[in-house]
Amino acid sequence: MTIASLLASKGSRVVTVGPDQSIREALALLAEHNIGALVVADAAQRPVGILSERDIVRELVRSEAIFARPVSGIMTRDVVMGVPQDDLAAVGHTMTERRIRHLPVIEGGRLVGIISIGDVVKAQRDRYQGELDTLQFQVLKSPAA
Amino acid sequence: VTGPAAGRPGTAERPLRVAIIGAGPAGYYAADHLLRQDGLVVEVDLFDRLPTPYGLVRAGVAPDHQKIKAVTAAFDKVAANPRFRFFGCVELGRHVSVDDLRGHYHQILYSTGAQTDRRMGIPGEDLRGSHPATEFVAWYNGHPDYRDFQFDLSQERAAIVGVGNVAVDVARILCRTPEELATTDIADHALEALAKSQLREVYLLGRRGPAQAAFTNPEIKELGELPGADIVVRPEEAALDDLSRAALERSPDRAVQKKVEILQEYARRDPTGKPRRLHVRFLVSPVEVIGNAGGAVTALRLVRNELFATETGTLQPRATDVVEQLDVGLVCRSVGYRGVPLPGVPFHESWGVILNEKGRVLDPTTKRPQPGEYTAGWIKRGPTGVIGTNKPDAAETVAGMAEDAASGRLLDPPEPDRAAVERLVRQRQPRCVSYADWQRLDALEVGRGRPAGRPRVKFTRVEEMQAALGRPDE
Repeated sequence: MTIASLLASKGSRVVTVGPDQSIREALALLAEHNIGALVVADAAQRPVGILSERDIVRELVRSEAIFARPVSGIMTRDVVMGVPQDDLAAVGHTMTERRIRHLPVIEGGRLVGIISIGDVVKAQRDRYQGELDTLQFQVLKSPAA
Repeated sequence: VTGPAAGRPGTAERPLRVAIIGAGPAGYYAADHLLRQDGLVVEVDLFDRLPTPYGLVRAGVAPDHQKIKAVTAAFDKVAANPRFRFFGCVELGRHVSVDDLRGHYHQILYSTGAQTDRRMGIPGEDLRGSHPATEFVAWYNGHPDYRDFQFDLSQERAAIVGVGNVAVDVARILCRTPEELATTDIADHALEALAKSQLREVYLLGRRGPAQAAFTNPEIKELGELPGADIVVRPEEAALDDLSRAALERSPDRAVQKKVEILQEYARRDPTGKPRRLHVRFLVSPVEVIGNAGGAVTALRLVRNELFATETGTLQPRATDVVEQLDVGLVCRSVGYRGVPLPGVPFHESWGVILNEKGRVLDPTTKRPQPGEYTAGWIKRGPTGVIGTNKPDAAETVAGMAEDAASGRLLDPPEPDRAAVERLVRQRQPRCVSYADWQRLDALEVGRGRPAGRPRVKFTRVEEMQAALGRPDE
């Protein structure tokens, strides 16, 4: 299973924010779409960073006057990115090990999607569930559907 | 979700009417989930372009894997629900259109699968003797659209590109003895052709290493137990490279370790002189299909690969400058499936699936759900997973359908009526096949198989099926 199979039924909508937009605008986007992170993308939709709830919380503790500041000031720049052909097992391992919650997916330098650790866990659960059902069928031959 | 609001479809007086296009596992699982919704009364009509149901369980699952086909018993249970109907031999875009369906249903679900294969994208791919594995599989399983295809089994050497489950099926069928095949429900035309097969050497070609091979352990074990073929693995290709070993140490995976052990055991085996040899190769990619002056395949040019780790830790192949030639007269590519767009349904070209979010079909412009249209199975998520994977997949889609039914985001059909659909379909396709008709065909096939001790002998032409149902030629 690859990232592509996960993106296929996720919709290709990725909520992005520009590096020069304000934290206030970014917060509005997070709230509007009920999500935990935004991909920061330049005008050509090339990802240049990621802005998560945690980035904002961390910064707020330091200063309450961050709302007008640009996203580029507090975003995480060192972002691990995936490609559609990446194996989900490897992706899941890397995200867990490196505590990455959101992974932008790029193809030919352009952003084509984003996956969360929750997406990866769900895909793996569905895979095991499916294999279990199939095996049960072969062993018990009892219709479980 | 607690059922429909007042006046909304989903009650006994006014059932929620759903059309499902494609009678494979995803279609049946979706029907099952729909018919089991608490507090929501649903009527399901399942359409298929073939007279026979079950999709790839009939036309894809290998004939020597009858146990897997036992899942059809669960599908028949779904079909026994009085609120379920089957319309076989009815094709979307030919006999009925999406607009026709909008006239009679509150919701439409597409579960048409991935009907074509991905190409290798190398020169010579279309030479005579180079085929998609999908065609070979459909042929030996008696799919009516493929029954007259020809595969040159007078060749002595064949290569299958890919090491997924389909590639393994093809290799195994090519290596089975006629006696073994004769106890299966393989199509008669394939049984006859394979009995005359001259194949001696069959190659499975994986572009990555043993730890990355997509086949499952039961499948690779089965290849080592074939009565008619010795399995051959090169020790140097079965050995783990440093990156794969490091990855396994970082995140131990029992199944992968076992897979590598099985392959390394094969690498230590000596051939026992069985009539055929099945070679499993790793870290090689075809870069060209070579042909003769007559345009027929004579060889594959292979490049040796090495692995590298992507940012996410996935090990991917990269070509080295080591090239070899593998002489083969028959090539089957099995490098993935791809969905085919349906007329009038938004499609995502890069993923080869219907444009959707968790099974809700999206409007290509607004990227918002298109009311009343849904998808499940391979045409929703791409060609991954086993049959059972379609169950949670369909459940996700049906959860959205139930939510939309509760909030009234539905189509507004002028004629949401069972009888009206029956009239329309019979008028457009008088030879349509009901579930009762299919069960007659099923009993006939099983009866034809009995004298030879076979699970069934399939009808492989639509006309044959119609004649068996007592319908005169058109």
